[in-house]
Amino acid sequence: MLPIYWLLMMSLKTNQEILSSFTLWPKDLTIANYVKIFTDPTWYPGYINSTLYVAMNVVISLTVALPAAYAFSRYNFLGDKHLFFWLLTNIMAPPAVFLLPFFELYQSAGLYDTHIAVALAHTLFTVPLAVWILEGFMSGVPKEIDETAYLDGYSWPRFFITIFLPLIRSGVGVTAFFCFMFSWVELLFARTLTSTDAKPIVVTMTRTTSASGLDWGLLATAGVLTLVPGALVIWFVRKHIARGFALGRV
Amino acid sequence: MEKREYQWAWLMVLPVVLVVSFSAILPLMTVVNYSLQDIFGPNSRFFVGTDWFTEVLRDPALHGALIRQLIFSSAVLLIQIPLGVGLALCMPKKGPWVSVSLVLLALPLLVPWNVVGTIWQVFSRPDVGFAGVILNSIGFDYNYTGDSLDAWLTVLVMDVWHWTSLVILLCYAGLQAIPDPFYQAARIDGASRWAVFRYIELPKLKGVLLIAVLLRFIFSFRIYAEPFVLTGGGPGNSTTFLSQSLATMAVGQFDLGPAAAFSLIYFLIILLFSYVFYLTILNMDREG
Repeated sequence: MLPIYWLLMMSLKTNQEILSSFTLWPKDLTIANYVKIFTDPTWYPGYINSTLYVAMNVVISLTVALPAAYAFSRYNFLGDKHLFFWLLTNIMAPPAVFLLPFFELYQSAGLYDTHIAVALAHTLFTVPLAVWILEGFMSGVPKEIDETAYLDGYSWPRFFITIFLPLIRSGVGVTAFFCFMFSWVELLFARTLTSTDAKPIVVTMTRTTSASGLDWGLLATAGVLTLVPGALVIWFVRKHIARGFALGRV
Repeated sequence: MEKREYQWAWLMVLPVVLVVSFSAILPLMTVVNYSLQDIFGPNSRFFVGTDWFTEVLRDPALHGALIRQLIFSSAVLLIQIPLGVGLALCMPKKGPWVSVSLVLLALPLLVPWNVVGTIWQVFSRPDVGFAGVILNSIGFDYNYTGDSLDAWLTVLVMDVWHWTSLVILLCYAGLQAIPDPFYQAARIDGASRWAVFRYIELPKLKGVLLIAVLLRFIFSFRIYAEPFVLTGGGPGNSTTFLSQSLATMAVGQFDLGPAAAFSLIYFLIILLFSYVFYLTILNMDREG
């Protein structure tokens, strides 16, 4: 926790104090850094952009991963094991490998510098991860439930939405959390695929470099603010996480 | 419980295959293209066969990066896995503290990766940073911008701080999944704490531990933003890992051909390791 405390304290200090001496807590407590960010509209788009593409990513990932995970957990089909492994390999793909091709691909598709481009780029690892986690949760649900529902005359979509989804609610929560987390912290793709319109907050932060060097206080403040959405998300899903962790594979 | 044979299930998997193909297969094809050609412009490219691969495989700078990477990844696994298991065992099992500690634990995971680097950059400065000042005041000559070993260790400690939480969370989940009767039986038999761990908890954790090892391995192998921000790969090349060499090659110097060849080799190394881990997981599933 210490480094986080440090960041928090830094955001409350003046630049002079940060660079001149070693102090455990701010001598001249200041909220100037926060004021600066909240009153300067050039900071807003970064946060909005980040939130937008992260949200898109979570929605896309969950929508495509849910049926797939169900198929993997319930059925045998041609090439299922290979397909599953192939999906996993995408979590392993080093972003650096994909950097240039992504740039070309999205540019030729006319998606460069849009939120959807970053969201799609992040699906490269969030979708496989989502399938993997959800599969674990779904396998934990007894198959008899499916069969009883079919006997009762439920159609598949209706069964899936009204009976199955509520059963793995925690799993969906945990999955969403992981997608959120990876999309939120990723920098390399986000930076490469955007220029002005969809620039994420992590890139906006690099702006704090000025002629006199880094504006540490401001940087720290922006850092603290990037933590806030994450902390909020965990706080809201904490019950699900505790329970979800207990149920599933992750 | 046997799974049903059902070829129509392909339809349910199709969306995933489409999305992932768009963002995985198309780019990969481009990379393969680059790796076999010398590109001068949009219309002048020459087929060079495996020249780039030989060039990359003979490059001593990359050998260095690979060796550093392997040492770093091993160190990450050796420290974080036992530490994570240990801390998971210390976590409260019930009560209000569970949520609080889970949230606190998850916090480092949510810091954007370049911010992690920034935090540690200041945190470990020998003149004004907390860690730097403390270390120097108890007699270590610590300076991560000047000394390669210090820099390397700082990156390692930073990674431990950043990622051990993930191992803890995974192990904690595994521990929660152990049914109470196991512990009751152990108590009746008068098993020691160590015996409980060795014969009940450890075998039950096998599955999640493998996932933890796999994820930690993959992510440590891909580490990029944190050392980049913290040390810029220096001093010298002491903290230049594979991703960073690749990024410099591709974006910094625009050596597309060699960079692509390097990408493929890099990808294959990760794939190979992961495949071995994956097979181990499958075997364990079958046994356990």
